[in-house]
Amino acid sequence: MKHPKCANSESKTCACTLCCTKINNFGVKRSGIEILKNVNLHIHCGDLTAIIGPNGAGKSTLLKAVLGEISHTGELQFLDANNKGTTRPSIGYVPQKLDLDSSSPTSVLDLFAAAHTNIPIWFTYPKKIRERVIESLTRTHGEHLINKRLGELSGGELQRVLLALALDPIPHLLLLDEPVSGIDQKGLELFYQTVAILRKSYDLSIILVSHDLNLVAEYADRVAFVNNKTIECCGTPQEVFSNAKVIQTFGLDWSNRFRKDEKDRVANAFMV
Amino acid sequence: MHLWYSLVDLVLPFEWMQYAFMKNALLGVLLVTPIFGLLGTMIVNNKMAFFSDSLGHSALTGIAIGVILGIKNPVWSILFFSVLITIAILFVKEANTASTDTIIGVFSSTAVALGIVILSRNGGFNKYSGYLIGDLLSISPSDLLTLGIVFVLVILLWVVMFNKLLLSSMNQSLARSRGISVKLYEYLFTIMMAVIVTISIQWVGILIISSLLIIPAASSRNIAKNMRQYHIYSVLIAVVSGLAGLILSYFWGTATGATIVLITSGFFALTFVVKLRLG
Repeated sequence: MKHPKCANSESKTCACTLCCTKINNFGVKRSGIEILKNVNLHIHCGDLTAIIGPNGAGKSTLLKAVLGEISHTGELQFLDANNKGTTRPSIGYVPQKLDLDSSSPTSVLDLFAAAHTNIPIWFTYPKKIRERVIESLTRTHGEHLINKRLGELSGGELQRVLLALALDPIPHLLLLDEPVSGIDQKGLELFYQTVAILRKSYDLSIILVSHDLNLVAEYADRVAFVNNKTIECCGTPQEVFSNAKVIQTFGLDWSNRFRKDEKDRVANAFMV
Repeated sequence: MHLWYSLVDLVLPFEWMQYAFMKNALLGVLLVTPIFGLLGTMIVNNKMAFFSDSLGHSALTGIAIGVILGIKNPVWSILFFSVLITIAILFVKEANTASTDTIIGVFSSTAVALGIVILSRNGGFNKYSGYLIGDLLSISPSDLLTLGIVFVLVILLWVVMFNKLLLSSMNQSLARSRGISVKLYEYLFTIMMAVIVTISIQWVGILIISSLLIIPAASSRNIAKNMRQYHIYSVLIAVVSGLAGLILSYFWGTATGATIVLITSGFFALTFVVKLRLG
C-alpha cells in the first residue's frame, strides 16, 4: 500500500527558481543482477535529502552510481538557476571510513595536500597549503587536528575532517555516507548540526545515507525510503515516517516513539 | 664508469674497494635501495606485502620460460611473466570471488610450482639455485645502465603519481569524487613493482627480495608521524642497510642480499623499541 502523498516519480521539469540536481531514471546492474531500477530523485539547492532503508537495499550502491564509480543507466543532471547548463555537477563525497590501519603515518595535512596538489607530499608541501587546510578545517571545527595522524582521530573527528575535505572546493552536490558505527551520539549530533549550518551558508544540495532515524527526522528536509531496488517512498519526514512500509521495515516501536516525540515537540512549542 | 671508479677511489680509498666488482656493486646498491625504500612505503600502506612476495616467486616461472625459449638473459621473460601475473591477480581480484590473500596465494604457489617443474626436468634444478640467493657482486656495467634507467623512471613516476595513488589507496570512492582514475594508478603501481622486483632479482635473490621492499618501510612506520618522515626514514634505512650489508658481506664472505636484509631487520627491532619507549 502506498501512501497517497508519496511521489515515486518526480515531474521531469524543474519548477524551482534555484539550481537543482536531478537523478533521472537510474538503474544499476551488476553481473546481470538488477540492484537498482527506476530511481528518480530531485534535489534543490539548500535541501538535505536523507536516504534510509534496510541493509542491502542499495543505498550505498545509489551513492556510488551518482559518483560515477559504478556504471548506471539513466542520467544525472545539474541545472543552474536559469534551468540551463546540464553539466555534470561537481561532487563532494564523505565516505563512511578510510581504508587505512591506525598505525599509518598519514597526517590530516597529508590527506588534504594529496587531494589538492600534484607536488608529491613525500617531497615537500606547497607554501600556501597549510593556510588553505586550516581554513577548510575551520568550517567543520577541526582546525586543531591538522598535524594529527588520521589513525589517531576519533570517529567523530575523522568525519569532520572528511567533511572539510569534501567542501574544498565547495561542490554542487554533497554526498554523505554516514558511518554505521564508531561515532557516539553526541558526535553524531554535532556532525548534523555542522552540516545544517554549512548547508544554509553555502546553499548546498545534500544527499545523506543515514542510519539514525531520530536525527533524520530532525534535520532532513526530505526523506527517500529505498527498498526493493528502488525509492519506494519519498517526501517530508512526517510523510515518510507514517508510511506503512516504512513502519513495517523499521518496526512499529520506533514509529510510535517518533510520533510521541513529535507530539511532545508540538506541545512544548505551544508552551513556549 | 671510469668517472665512477675514480670517484670511489677518491672517496673510499680502502683496500676492499679496490676491486671493480665492489665498485659496481656499490653503485648497484646506491641505485636499487632508494627505490626499494620509496616503493615499500606504499606497499606496506596498502598491505601488499604478500603480493610483493608472490611477485618474487613468480620470477621462477619467468626464468623457466626463458630457459624453454632459449633466452640468454632471463630478465625479459621474468618481466613478461611478472607483469602477466600482476594483471591476472588484479583481474581476478576485481571479480570479488575470494579474498585477495587467497587469490595471491593461489597464483603465487602455482607460479613457483610451474617454475620448479620446468626447471627440474632431468634433475637440473641446481643450475638455477643461484637465483634463489642472488649475487650482487656479479653485477655488470650494462646491468647498471638498465638499473640507472629504471631508477630515473621510477622516481619520475613516483613524483607524478604519488598523491593520487595515496588518495586512491585510502578510499576509492573519495578518489573518484576528485576525478582520479583509480584503476589506472592501481595498475601502474603494481606494474612498477613487478618491474623493480624483476630487474633486481638476480642480485638480491627470489627468497628475500620482498623483505627488502617491506622491512625498511615497516621500520620507518614505527617512528614516522607523517608521509614525509615516512619516506625519508624508509629510504635512509634502505640505503644505510644496503651499504653496511655490502661491506659486511665482503668481510664475512656471505651472500650480500641476505646480509642487507638482516641489517634492515636490525633496524626494525631498533625502531620498534623506540616506538615502545615513546609510546
